[in-house]
Amino acid sequence: MKARRIIAAMAAAALCSAFMAGCSNAGVNSQPAASEPANNEPASSEAVEPKEGDGLIKIGVINNDPNESGYRTANVNDLTKTFTKENGYDAEFKYSLKNDEQIGFAQKFIQDEVDYLLLSAADTAGWDSVLQDAKAAGVKVILFDRTIDADESLYEASIVSDMDKEGETAVEWLKGQNLDKYEIIHLQGVMGSAAQKGRSKALNTAADELGWTIVNEQTAEWSAEKAQQIVQSVIDSNQSFNVIYAENDDMAKGAVAALDKANISHGVGQDVIIMGFDCNQWALKELLEQRWNYDGQCNPFQSSYIQEIITKLENGETLDQKTIIMDEKGFDAATITQDDVDNYGI
Amino acid sequence: MTAKTTVKSGSFLSGLLRHQIVIPLAAILLLTLFNLIADPSFFRIKLGMTNAGNPVLTGNLITILDSGSELAILAIGMTLVTAASGGQDISVGAAIAISGSVILRILCGPPGAYSGELQAPIFVAFLAACAVSMIFGAFNGSLVAFFRIQPMVATLILFTAGRSIAAWINNNKLPIISDDRFSYYGGYLPGVPIPTPFFIAVICFVITWAILKFTNLGLYVQSVGINEKTSRLNGLNPELIKFATYVLLGLCVAVSGFIKVSRVSTLNYSVIAKDIEMDAILAVALGGNALSGGKFSMSASVLGAYVLQYLTTTLYKFHVKPESLSAYKAVVVILLVILSAPAVREKLSSLVKKLHSPASSAGQSA
Repeated sequence: MKARRIIAAMAAAALCSAFMAGCSNAGVNSQPAASEPANNEPASSEAVEPKEGDGLIKIGVINNDPNESGYRTANVNDLTKTFTKENGYDAEFKYSLKNDEQIGFAQKFIQDEVDYLLLSAADTAGWDSVLQDAKAAGVKVILFDRTIDADESLYEASIVSDMDKEGETAVEWLKGQNLDKYEIIHLQGVMGSAAQKGRSKALNTAADELGWTIVNEQTAEWSAEKAQQIVQSVIDSNQSFNVIYAENDDMAKGAVAALDKANISHGVGQDVIIMGFDCNQWALKELLEQRWNYDGQCNPFQSSYIQEIITKLENGETLDQKTIIMDEKGFDAATITQDDVDNYGI
Repeated sequence: MTAKTTVKSGSFLSGLLRHQIVIPLAAILLLTLFNLIADPSFFRIKLGMTNAGNPVLTGNLITILDSGSELAILAIGMTLVTAASGGQDISVGAAIAISGSVILRILCGPPGAYSGELQAPIFVAFLAACAVSMIFGAFNGSLVAFFRIQPMVATLILFTAGRSIAAWINNNKLPIISDDRFSYYGGYLPGVPIPTPFFIAVICFVITWAILKFTNLGLYVQSVGINEKTSRLNGLNPELIKFATYVLLGLCVAVSGFIKVSRVSTLNYSVIAKDIEMDAILAVALGGNALSGGKFSMSASVLGAYVLQYLTTTLYKFHVKPESLSAYKAVVVILLVILSAPAVREKLSSLVKKLHSPASSAGQSA
């Protein structure tokens, strides 16, 4: 009886752990890792002379899980498309949303003696020691998309979006509309996230300076449904508004659903101006069809910047600056074209 | 004579206080009172028109009935799971993402191929989502019932993996369904001014109520939750009953996933139904159900779900600062949960009895 129970427990544990292992494998290995694991014998890859061996530049990429968001998917696709064998790279990709797992990947890459370590860190803290190891081993580190709390000397460059600037571009556009009155519903992302802080800051500053009315300011936590409920509550309490400033496309979509339900017109030349962020392809289409007014870009295409840096470093040039801020556009429904939708939609 | 009636009303009151449905009812009363005092216009309902020209009722009360529906449907399943297995399923949010993804996959065809034409009838997509959700429910159920894993641990697996599975089903694409017919289920049927999700929730409730009323399922679930061994000795199969409740919850998940996807005609794997599992568990707790299993009241849980939505809508209406939204919610929830604790209710009902007994003795002496 007892033995049976023990066997049952063990079987359950085995099954459970097998499943867990299955999950984590699915999470890490089934990603579009275009490259095979590097086959070079360790002796040939001297960190100082990367052009040796098969002539490929060996890089290790640590990124967040592509399933995290549409932004991340576009980001991962961009990187895997660029760093291929045809383009002269021997790249290996690792994905995790957990900082400690990412640090583990970094240690492995350092042991494999990659030339470059590209990193989009899950968390800002905890990277000092592993980056010091990288430096000692001659691995050059390039940060993309996210910054970390570590000394600048530990990495070559950091390529980031400037969320403050994204907000400012959008608010600048809104100023340019010269409305008679500004009554704004402000839909915020998850409070405290970099995107929320940057995009909120610009609007709040402008509202203070120019006396714009913020009818309602609430976090919809990036969710379309919550945004719909918030806008619905404003409509239900009979308050007037003429601008919806949503900090991502999903929330703008939810807001529009609430407007449609209440028979309030929106878009170019209509009652309510709709503003979104992130430039999803479907959102840009809404702009093209004049149902929304503005969409701000959060550029996920960092590979060209990274490539430029690697080329410079390979040629022995020094970089002018450590922090490189990407160009980010804002699209206006009045001027957007089909080409923009195809090129910039994620 | 008078003495008798007062005693009766006293025991009736204390009896009512002991009944679990009193907690969500009291919460509704409290919120209503607050809104009446703060701003009576909260309760105004208007007949309006949608952009498409459909007549619709709008107002905060309608919003509550509308937006609370998914949670109410989940609460039905969660109550049964809680009662039978003495634990909760924390994977419902992730499972909603999966069922939503299945619906999109069936309606839009292979990822990237969608051109605006529905690839399959909507009810086929819905049935497919039901089937998939029930399979995942069965997976959870078998871990809990047959392998005797703690429900929270067993469902943690799907909780972790679910959203990745959902993303994988559509190859990370997020097609948007442009067909108007699909939006009826999360919006309004043409010509009907009451939101469809409310109807769906009512249908789900009535069906489950009828099943519990006219079969022995409710009794079986309850007895398995109270004492597994005794119910086995009485000829029940506890494993099968636990398993069945998880499959039923799977069905509830599919229905609420369907509503959620229909609301915005698309979904976002990482945010859809985020943290809804906690709200569903809270709804069950607010309904006064013991989270350790046993006796349960489905209607109390459903009311509990609407209480949560009532609270959210009230907070939105009064423009609570976004930074403190969750703090306000937490305070109210703590109050409600403390009030619904058996110890507190016992005290309250004995207090009511005491208040009545001096009155009745006075009546007797006269």
